[in-house]
Amino acid sequence: MTYRLLLVLALSMCVGIAGQAPAQTPAASTIAIEQPWARATPAGAKTGAAYLTIINRGSAADRLVSASTPMASKVQFHVETNDNGIMRMRALPSVEIHPGVTVTFKPGGMHIMLVGVKQQLKEGQTFPLVLEFEKAGEIDLQIPVAKAGAMGVMKGM
Amino acid sequence: MSRRTTLIAVLAVSLLVLCGAWLTVALTIHRNSTQAADTSPNTAIGGAFTLVDTRGKTVTDQAYRGKWMLIYFGYTFCPDACPTALNNISAALEKLGSEADKIEPLFITVDPKRDTPQVMTDYLKSFDSRIVGLTGSKTQTDAAAHAYRVYVSAQKSDGDDYLVDHSAYIYVMNPQGKFVSVIPGDMAGDKMADQLRATMAHAGT
Ligand SMILES: [Cu+2]
Repeated sequence: MTYRLLLVLALSMCVGIAGQAPAQTPAASTIAIEQPWARATPAGAKTGAAYLTIINRGSAADRLVSASTPMASKVQFHVETNDNGIMRMRALPSVEIHPGVTVTFKPGGMHIMLVGVKQQLKEGQTFPLVLEFEKAGEIDLQIPVAKAGAMGVMKGM
Repeated sequence: MSRRTTLIAVLAVSLLVLCGAWLTVALTIHRNSTQAADTSPNTAIGGAFTLVDTRGKTVTDQAYRGKWMLIYFGYTFCPDACPTALNNISAALEKLGSEADKIEPLFITVDPKRDTPQVMTDYLKSFDSRIVGLTGSKTQTDAAAHAYRVYVSAQKSDGDDYLVDHSAYIYVMNPQGKFVSVIPGDMAGDKMADQLRATMAHAGT
C-alpha cells in the first residue's frame, strides 16, 4: 500500500516536471491563428462578432487574455450555450489554449465580441484586431468581413 | 410521550410533508411557465399581442391573419444567435420564391428599451426586407414573449451593454394564428425553406 502510494507520488511528480519544463522555452511561434473572419454589423448595431481558430503547436498551455481593435471600444470573449433552446451569452475572462489543441470560435459557440462598435463593419472590408496571449504575446490580425449573419467567410454565405 | 405531544408531532410532520409537496408543485408550475418553449401540443403557444412596428404604428396579431406567421424573438445587441436566425430566415424566404408571399416573417424584440422603432429599422436593413420588426413598451413585448412561452432574462450590467438570455426558436403559426411548429433559429435557410414548404403543403394552403 505504502509502495503504491509512493509510486503514484513519484509518477505525478514526473508528470508535473514534464508538463512544466517546456514552458521555459519561448512560445511565440507555437500559437497559430487560422481563418479569422467577422460578420458585417447592421447599421447602428452596438455589437459585432469575430471568429477564428487558434492552434497551440507548442507543448505548454497558453492563454488568450485580451483583444483590442480600433473598431470597437471593448473586445470580450463570449461563449454561447443553448440550453433547451435558451441562448445564453457569457463573457469569459480568458481562454486557455492547451498544447496540441485547436480552439475554434464559431457561430453558436464562442465568439470574439466587439462591444461599442464605433464604425459599421461592412462586408468585403478588413479591419485590424490584436490578440494578446499570456506567453505568445501580441498577435496582429487583419479580419475580413462577411455578410451579417454569415456562418463563415469562405462559403460566401 | 403524552397523547397531546404525539398529536402535535404527527400534525407537524404532516404539515411539513404537505408544505413540501405544495412547494414542489408550485416550483414545477413556475419552472414550466418560465422555461423555453414547451412544444407539447396540449400547451397553447401564441395568442393575441399588441406591439409597435418600425414606423411607430400600433399593430396586433390580427393584422397578419391569412398569412403564415414566422416569429423570431431576439434583440439587436446580440451579434451571434440573432443575426444567424435572421440570416437563415432571409435565405429561406429567398429560396421559397413566390411561396414566401404566404409568409409574414416577424422579428419581435425582447429588449424594447434599446430596440426602438428606429434602431430596428436600421438593423433590419441587413436582412430580407420582408422581415417586419416589432417593438413596444416593455409590458407589450413581455406579454408577447409570455404568450409564446419565450424565456427572457436580462442580465445585470453597469452600463447599457447588458445581455439578454432568450429562447431562440422560430415559431410557425398557421393563417388562423394557431401554433404549428417550431424551427431552431440556427437551421440553415435551405432546410428551413423545405420544412416551411412541406408544412404549408400539408395544410393545403
Ligand atoms: Cu456575445
